Amino acid sequence: TGSVVVLTCTAGAVVPVPPRSLSCRAFFWLVSLLLSSLIWFITVKASDPRDELLQKGLLIFGVMFSVLLQEAFRFLYYKLLRKAIEGLVALSEDGCSPISIQQMAYVAGVGFGLMSGTFSMINLLADALGPGTTGIHGDSQLYFLTSAFMTMVLIFLHTFWGILFFHGCEHRRWWEIIAVVIMHLAVSGSTFCNPLYMGSLVPSYLLMATAATWAYLLSGGSAQNLRRFLLCKSCSVIGTGDPVGSSGYLDQCWGGERVPRGLEQGHHSLGCQTRGDAGVWGHGQVVASPGGSE
Amino acid sequence: MTELSAHLPQFQHGQLTENFPDNHLSNTNDNSERRRHDNSERRRNDNPESETNGQPQNNIQQVVEQDEEEDEELTLKYGAKHVIMLFVPVTLCMVVVVATIKSVSFYTRKDGQLIYTPFTEETETVGQRALNSILNAAIMISVIIVMTILLVVLYKYRCYKVIHGWLIISSLLLLFFFSFIYLGEVFKTYNVAMDYITVALMIWNFGVVGMICIHWKGPLRLQQAYLIMISALMALVFIKYLPEWTAWLILAVISVYDLVAVLCPKGPLRMLVETAQERNETLFPALIYSSTMIWLVNMAEEDPEAQRKASKNSTYDKQAPANQTQNEDAEADDGGFSQEWQQQRDNRIGPIESTPESRAAVQALPSNSQTSEDPEERGVKLGLGDFIFYSVLVGKASATASGDWNTTLACFVAILIGLCLTLLLLAIFKKALPALPISITFGLVFYFATDNLVQPFMDQLAFHQFYI
Repeated sequence: TGSVVVLTCTAGAVVPVPPRSLSCRAFFWLVSLLLSSLIWFITVKASDPRDELLQKGLLIFGVMFSVLLQEAFRFLYYKLLRKAIEGLVALSEDGCSPISIQQMAYVAGVGFGLMSGTFSMINLLADALGPGTTGIHGDSQLYFLTSAFMTMVLIFLHTFWGILFFHGCEHRRWWEIIAVVIMHLAVSGSTFCNPLYMGSLVPSYLLMATAATWAYLLSGGSAQNLRRFLLCKSCSVIGTGDPVGSSGYLDQCWGGERVPRGLEQGHHSLGCQTRGDAGVWGHGQVVASPGGSE
Repeated sequence: MTELSAHLPQFQHGQLTENFPDNHLSNTNDNSERRRHDNSERRRNDNPESETNGQPQNNIQQVVEQDEEEDEELTLKYGAKHVIMLFVPVTLCMVVVVATIKSVSFYTRKDGQLIYTPFTEETETVGQRALNSILNAAIMISVIIVMTILLVVLYKYRCYKVIHGWLIISSLLLLFFFSFIYLGEVFKTYNVAMDYITVALMIWNFGVVGMICIHWKGPLRLQQAYLIMISALMALVFIKYLPEWTAWLILAVISVYDLVAVLCPKGPLRMLVETAQERNETLFPALIYSSTMIWLVNMAEEDPEAQRKASKNSTYDKQAPANQTQNEDAEADDGGFSQEWQQQRDNRIGPIESTPESRAAVQALPSNSQTSEDPEERGVKLGLGDFIFYSVLVGKASATASGDWNTTLACFVAILIGLCLTLLLLAIFKKALPALPISITFGLVFYFATDNLVQPFMDQLAFHQFYI
């Protein structure tokens, strides 16, 4: 059970995330889950409970529907965030919002992922604390372990999907959005082969690797940056727009908003001082005037 | 009841604007209403103001307009900050309650009911049970209403001693008696051997420090910690002694009552706050959790006038810059057991900032109020009753739900989102608002939905190890 807890927490504890937006996202995910379980519940009540195959089929239908709903809610959340950022941009002095859509995409993904992961795992964890033997009735003995891995991969995937999805929405690349939805369906679908874990874990991890590299590239990272990061070269600071340490960020916010200069730095990555502003990756820091930080 | 009251932004601007004619008045009045300021911001505005009164208009205009934009931004940013400042204590309280419920079985054992809920829920038919719970809820709510009105009447007729005595007795009870029981039960659960002398020492210290912190002076963090502990204790008592259906009904009715009492012009809480504003006093120092606290160094606590939030006062003051910080004397210790905390929770600490009436009613500030330092940040206040009811909801969810942790988590998220929304509304409307309705509504909806709909679904998914 130790491994279970650690794995679940790993994905979630990677970066600090503003708690308010986190709970917003969790809320959206929760609502999508609620609606999908409502649909499932209705279908179950309307059908014959003794028919095993039918029940399983309904469950599969429920899962697919839930995936679609989740993506729909992700889109809704994107719309909401867009409005919020537009509002902030309108208010700010230099035409750039304190939070870039990039950051929000990341945080959105993490929020969705965390909520999904927590909901999947928490009852398992609670039961794991008590006495028992896994697989005593002939089921797989790796239940907890595979659940942990599966949850972790899902959390990571949600994070990357968040980035991809938001990027696709920003730049009106519908194929990116479709790709995310298909990936999600594929991952959920692969879990239908459980307990044949090869069929579900391996594809999921492969998909995660794909999504990770895609998201990294979309956020402006490149092999060069990665190499520099790994080799810990000294970074070049303001002016070149070529930061080190982070996964690289563009010289401007998404959507054409200019990154303001001269705003707070004090943001260190590997001991280097980056330009430290809205485009910073992996830190949920809000660029703000004195004292304001989320 | 518990309302969040935004601390008033400076009325510096209020001051400024009122010194100058007309067209800016409404504008800047609005601004002053909508700001939460920074220390520096205030100081900056202070300077032009304090120097002359006859400063040229355009200068002030500029300052005001510039501040206007910054204010908007600051409002949102500070809004975010305030959200965090309240998230942490609410979360802590809920965590304590859920942890206790899950581990100490005493609080989920049925040992009878309060006298305010005389009808039992162990009945033969569902209809009878429903009827009983409705009656229980009705009795409880009427007790609360009566107590609130009593409190308002006492306050109106200036029976401060009675009120203070009442608060002190209730906090005594809570800090000593209830925590003694709690400690005993925790020891029983973990099978810890303990002697009476040690327990007596511990409880004595805990209680006395609590009383001092809450009713007098103490470090802010310690006071906040005590308030959280007290709310948790109170919530645990409710969870234990309220039967299930009654509890849900009471939660629902309380949020409606809160809405009515705070927003209706004749609502008791609103009257209470307005009376407090008229008298330039703070409300009871024991029932509000405040995220920041400023001590007015030169002021003794017996001086209610000076303790008023500067904002209101400063609008007409031409001499003293309204550097007065809000008097966060709210060491709110919630005393309250059963009925008392109701009222207490209903008290908001006054300053509803900038309502036109209050400003009109306020006179110039005495100059000695200038000695207090402005806080770095404005804080936000939340009544202890809100803490208690949030924790009751989450605690009941974790105690009685079949979905167990999923339901608890869902209710937790729902309450936090409700709190978020309420704070957002607070930032927009800048007056004291009821904190219960939105959160409790979300919480209840999510509780019933998760318990009945999501739980079977997730159960099936986990069984087959499907992932969504």
